[in-house]
Amino acid sequence: MSGSVHARLARLAGTAGSVPITLFGLILVTFLIGRVMPIDPVIAIVGDHAPPDVIARVRAELGLDRPLPVQFGIYLDHLLHGDLGRSVMTTHPVTQDIATYFPATFELATTAIILAILVGVPAGVLAAARQGSRLDHLVRVVTLTGQSIPVFVLGLIFLLTFYVKLGIAPGTGQIDVAYDGLVEPVTRMLVVDAALEGQWDVFWDALAHLALPALVLAYFSLAYITRMTRAFMLDALAGEYIVTARAKGASGARIVWRHAFGNIAVPLVTVIALAYAGLLEGAVLTETVFSWPGLGLYLTVSLLNADMNAVLGATLVVGLIYVVLNLLADLAYRVLDPRTR
Amino acid sequence: MLVEVENLRIAFPTPTGLSEAVCGISLALGQEKLGIVGESGSGKSLTARALLRLLPRSAQVTAERLSFDGIDLLRADERTMRRIRGRRAGLILQDPKFSLNPVMAVGEQIAEAWRLHKQGGRRAAREAALALLDQVRIRDPARVAGLYPHELSGGMGQRVMIAMMLAPDPELLIADEPTSALDATVQAEILRLMEDLVARRGMALILISHDLPLVSHFCDRVIVMYAGRVMEALAARDLAQARHPYTRGLLACLPSLVHPRAPLPVLARDPAWSP
Amino acid sequence: MRAWLLTDAPNSRRQAAWGRRYRSWLLFRANHLAFAGLVVVLVLILVSLAAPVLATHNPYAQDLADRLAAPSPRHWLGTDELGRDLYSRLLYGGRITLGMVVAIVLMVAPVGLIIGCVAGYLGGLADRVLMRVTDIFLAFPRLILALAFVAALRPGISSAVFAIALTSWPPYARLARADTLTVRNADFIAAVRLTGARAGRVILRHVMPLAVSSVIVRVTLDMAGIILTAAGLGFLGMGAQPPTPEWGTMIAATRGYILQQWWVPTIPGLAIFVAALAFNLLGDGLRDVLDPKQR
Repeated sequence: MSGSVHARLARLAGTAGSVPITLFGLILVTFLIGRVMPIDPVIAIVGDHAPPDVIARVRAELGLDRPLPVQFGIYLDHLLHGDLGRSVMTTHPVTQDIATYFPATFELATTAIILAILVGVPAGVLAAARQGSRLDHLVRVVTLTGQSIPVFVLGLIFLLTFYVKLGIAPGTGQIDVAYDGLVEPVTRMLVVDAALEGQWDVFWDALAHLALPALVLAYFSLAYITRMTRAFMLDALAGEYIVTARAKGASGARIVWRHAFGNIAVPLVTVIALAYAGLLEGAVLTETVFSWPGLGLYLTVSLLNADMNAVLGATLVVGLIYVVLNLLADLAYRVLDPRTR
Repeated sequence: MLVEVENLRIAFPTPTGLSEAVCGISLALGQEKLGIVGESGSGKSLTARALLRLLPRSAQVTAERLSFDGIDLLRADERTMRRIRGRRAGLILQDPKFSLNPVMAVGEQIAEAWRLHKQGGRRAAREAALALLDQVRIRDPARVAGLYPHELSGGMGQRVMIAMMLAPDPELLIADEPTSALDATVQAEILRLMEDLVARRGMALILISHDLPLVSHFCDRVIVMYAGRVMEALAARDLAQARHPYTRGLLACLPSLVHPRAPLPVLARDPAWSP
Repeated sequence: MRAWLLTDAPNSRRQAAWGRRYRSWLLFRANHLAFAGLVVVLVLILVSLAAPVLATHNPYAQDLADRLAAPSPRHWLGTDELGRDLYSRLLYGGRITLGMVVAIVLMVAPVGLIIGCVAGYLGGLADRVLMRVTDIFLAFPRLILALAFVAALRPGISSAVFAIALTSWPPYARLARADTLTVRNADFIAAVRLTGARAGRVILRHVMPLAVSSVIVRVTLDMAGIILTAAGLGFLGMGAQPPTPEWGTMIAATRGYILQQWWVPTIPGLAIFVAALAFNLLGDGLRDVLDPKQR
């Protein structure tokens, strides 16, 4: 039993031991995408309409007349100094843009994962404990749908239902136009900032705007988390120690939560970390549907404007977060499981 | 009579129909040590688990009579069963690597067994657990109580299992192949420990094994099972005079240093034994 | 025929092999959901192949007088923002989606299989290097890396296919490597090597066939994800470009009409959902039959 939970987890979490090499590979890949793949990397960065002197300056800056390894060295040097280049679209440094837009994504993703955990974990546990029951079938329908529907379609359907037809949710965006700019951007998470300042009108409006996109993302994560929880629990409930617990005269609830769930709690932490990482992808699409001013929207808009610096900068940052989350997932497992001590 | 079983049948649904694993077992147990012997697949473990209704949900259990101390186990509800399990009858499984909860310290597992059926708080439970670890002859109980099952040897793990099942002071102990996963040297120790504790507490014992001489040594009565049926039931001391050809065949298969037989006889299975 | 397949005492290896396949098929068919998935997938394939025959209109033909029409006998599913028949566009969109998925799978599965088997069999430096490369690609979230790739090339179907393929092969390499490691030290491999077979032959003829079944299961399960990623790329404007009737692209172009003519963006969305669902059900069913341990 525990062997297959281990094996499942090993498949999921991958290897974290090679983080520096992975990071290096990430940087190399973005370098190749940015400098080597496009036909003219300079045009990719400054756009078609840039004047010739700008083009010449950027070409010299990037060292495009130098050999590839030197170019990579320049790229690496810039990175280590926190310089991701300048965005053609916003004219700000990409690092500044990312700092501006990331908190909104963080707000959205964190709300979504919390909702997903609160609903998904108990649902998965109960579905496994009552395998074959109506609850189990309902859970399986929900998870299967969540795996099969595109996140942007779900977003559109939610908008249609709750905003257009039912009128109970506000429209797209992070805040109503009327309240825009009223709150001091401290954390840049509107809900938090409004609460910090005590501006409760703004707070409720921001929360209302957060609800729909968070629910859409939460449904996604929920599909994954519930499915994994249920699978882990089914494995755990088949173990011999469950027979022992029953033979001791423990009640059903105690067996399910103290014994079986206790055994999957650690692998579940890993699953949740991976689910959070997966939310980054979902955020790109959800932010586009809901015009949520986060990193995902920034990435999409940069793509449409062929703003290479911004695209690569955002890709690199997202990739970095992904790597860190995977590492945390693996570490959590090693640290928390008593069997690995 | 502590346990009465009459015509017990256990069947499992399979893609090709219902498969009967136990086909009409009858036995009665008093204040004694009963051994159930049989090869793999004979249905002995299933019979034992049926007594505590610990079979999987898909199993279909029918019997004319299945009672523990007069309580009808077939019609008992879950709450009644929970009062029997642990408090009045305990079950020891084969391999402590799998039968102990891997993420709970063993002391806590024993304390839980105590707390489920006795009045008392955490501290009383912990003290009881330490006392039980001492009874199963574990040196340094305080240190062992904090260990996890994967940190224990096989013998220690089985001692923990025994301690856990004896915590609520049951009347009956069912041991399902308690020593099959242990080294030969440790096997005898564990069995002697069980024998000692059972005798001192005045408990009844059902010992399930595939090892005929072992069972005959430690039990008063022996039941021989094959293909879900009882082939023979006799007193342990009369084993050498067994009459059923299956039992005789089992006895004949045992190698002996004193009377060596070149080539070992192979048991000839009569299809009449499993119609 | 059925008796010959199900007999308990087959006379030849062929009979035993076919009997096994038939039994697996019976097991699969007993799973109603998985069977439904298979049926839907087959229908999708047939409909896509027969799109030119089944379509009622030219999917590119505009009719600006009849924009955003509701479903009617003339236009079975209505028209889009340029008056093009939605039903016909849906059919041709199915072709594109399935075509992309097939192209991706044909690239990804063999490459992943070969890399994984070679890495697992040769071990040592080759294994470490190949697995590092695999890990690097696994470290990226699939959609985002695909987006970055497409941005560097020109947005379009072939860029999208190439980008998704580039980000999808790592799991297959890992699977194939895991399978290879379990058989690498088996006796029959040693026997083949003793007869003088070179590494290439051993890998190709003896190791890879054993890794194929888990790869097949994974491919089917992945297809849903690939469909969703391809649609996502289309939705973000990075995949198929208008006027190509790819489902994701269709949704992107018409999402503004969700308020009034809600069916225009919703119907392609439903199509994506049905396709992904069918592949998920099929994949789950295949996994239960071919590799129940993975459940």
